[in-house]
Amino acid sequence: MTEEWDIEISPRNKLFDLKLKDVWHYRDLLVLLVRRDFVAFYKQTILGPLWFFIQPLFTTIIYTFVFGSLANISADGLPKPLFYLAGITAWNYFSDCLTKTSTVFTANSGLFEKVYFPRLIVPLSVVVSNLIRFAVQMLLFVLMMGIYWGKGAAFHPTIYILLFPVLLLLMAMLGLGLGMIISAMTTKYRDLSFLITFGVQLMMYLTTVIYPLSTVKQKYPTYQWLVEYNPMTSIIECFRYGFLGQGTFTMLSLAITAVITLIILLLGIIVFNRVEKNFVDTV
Amino acid sequence: MAKVIKVENLSKAYRLGEIGTGTIAKDLERFWAKARGKEDPFLKIGETNDRSVKGSSDVVLSLNDLNFEIEQGDAVGIIGRNGAGKSTLLKILSRVTAPTTGSVKIKGRIASLLEVGTGFHPELTGKENIFLNGAILGMRKAEIKRKFDEIVDFSGVERYIDTPVKRYSSGMYVRLAFAVAAYLESEILIVDEVLAVGDAEFQKKCLGKMGDISKAQGRTILFVSHNIGSISQLCNSAILLKNGILHKTGKTENVIKEYLNDNNKNSLIINSSTTDNCYNLAKMLSADGSATTTFKYDDDLVISLKVNIADYYNGLEIAMRLIDNLNNPVFTIHEGIGPKTADNVYEFKITLPGKFVTPGNYSWIMCINHPGVKLYDLHENALSFTIEETGSNFSRYNNSNYGVVFPTYQITRL
Repeated sequence: MTEEWDIEISPRNKLFDLKLKDVWHYRDLLVLLVRRDFVAFYKQTILGPLWFFIQPLFTTIIYTFVFGSLANISADGLPKPLFYLAGITAWNYFSDCLTKTSTVFTANSGLFEKVYFPRLIVPLSVVVSNLIRFAVQMLLFVLMMGIYWGKGAAFHPTIYILLFPVLLLLMAMLGLGLGMIISAMTTKYRDLSFLITFGVQLMMYLTTVIYPLSTVKQKYPTYQWLVEYNPMTSIIECFRYGFLGQGTFTMLSLAITAVITLIILLLGIIVFNRVEKNFVDTV
Repeated sequence: MAKVIKVENLSKAYRLGEIGTGTIAKDLERFWAKARGKEDPFLKIGETNDRSVKGSSDVVLSLNDLNFEIEQGDAVGIIGRNGAGKSTLLKILSRVTAPTTGSVKIKGRIASLLEVGTGFHPELTGKENIFLNGAILGMRKAEIKRKFDEIVDFSGVERYIDTPVKRYSSGMYVRLAFAVAAYLESEILIVDEVLAVGDAEFQKKCLGKMGDISKAQGRTILFVSHNIGSISQLCNSAILLKNGILHKTGKTENVIKEYLNDNNKNSLIINSSTTDNCYNLAKMLSADGSATTTFKYDDDLVISLKVNIADYYNGLEIAMRLIDNLNNPVFTIHEGIGPKTADNVYEFKITLPGKFVTPGNYSWIMCINHPGVKLYDLHENALSFTIEETGSNFSRYNNSNYGVVFPTYQITRL
């Protein structure tokens, strides 16, 4: 007798079986999780969503003072606050995606232990809810651009501004991929979660957030590869070139970044898929 | 009837001990064995999961080769002692964790309630949480919207619906959470002991709702509970697990009977001394005369005693005091030892009527006593036994403490 079954529970997942159909069915959950993150963030605060502004604003002021004025690091000839804010806005999105997805399993174990839904929903919701934050910060950035434009500062957006959606996608994929690898590995061994907290900070200094790539090429040609092959560097450089008209980037470097990002994301998906079935036993 | 769940050779292994520096070596070994296409070296030594017995391996089989099928519309109770594998089975069926070997095939949508209020966020309002919780359980937004009024109505917390749930009393929280789950539209519903919360009225409502789901709507329910009363009320068939092995399946009454009779640990007093005043043998008996530790609420409680008295006095007494699980004395029996026998052995059988002591866990304090002179052979916490709630008048109020005895009384309606 042949029978038809809807669900088959077996010891292992197939390597690339992402259950996208399941994910699609749970799309409402994705929306609600994003909403929950957003609402829970500013509940019982007075300033509410304004906090999304305050953090990058103050960081920019401090960076302008410390790195721009005290250390006198070049800003590629751009107005310093604009230069830093561009870097911070892009970097924040990536690093928020990375750190939040890297704790998906450990932070949600209470939920995962009790009910099934496609686990991929949670990292996806992280990426999307950070998108809201990013949008608010972009607003701040554009506002600042307007202010400096009015003051007649020397910058000019270029045609590469059209690459913005691609950059956004690359950052999301990179953060998601790396985060998933780390989150999968921290279910059993917690060592990586210690690494991630200061690792992200260190990585920022290997990315062109507080200095331009041109300065590195000029001053430390022997070490420039360290910064240049960091996938986030070409994203941020391209971002600056598009919006502010200054930055060292080629289409080739962006293509390399895209390839690295895809590989990392693929690896992340495989590892995540591998771990999601049994992690409740070891977390 | 069509089969909706088919479980084949299902096993689940757990590793005991801590996960730490040592584990990575074993992980590598396991990976290497698999890479060569060999069997997992740590699974071969898996042992039956009996927590009280010391084992040689640090891998236990929490579930061991289960095979069973469930038909559509069945309400199946899963029973077993602590650690029998009930929760593990539910976790696998609800896809929270994967089996180590074997497979489960399911027809239709499955929803599980291993806990009420999973994913409730304390800062969100009741309304927001209904949507969030519903979505976590697999409902679409439109579906929740359609049932929203019914859910609120069932929960009975309408007034608080726009207040963050962190301000709720724990009872309201549970009511709201169960209400969401009760309106799930899945063909199979898995429920873990979530009814152990909420007041009696709400529990009754939940049980009623679950009965409704299985009987009226023809949906399948899997239900785990320690409350034998609600299992027998709700389920038409049952599965008895014992140390991860499927011990018995079949009609609920038969399985419950087996469960109650199945005493893996008979608490006995055995003492071979013939030189002291002491109990040689003490045990509790079921109706058919076999030793037991579990009784139905209407079973007679029979105690069989064999006492050795080497040092005979006329006033010697045997005494037994019943102690409830809070260590309060319930009552005491004193009886004279009787006329001296030739072989110094005295045997007794004490019968207490059924429907006298209420369901719960009890033990005895037993001694041989020469009042005012000497106390011989004192046993505290002896012959512990359980009276199961198998459907007394109070089964509906299973969490209220209604005392330790059922009184016999006369009531005159005037």
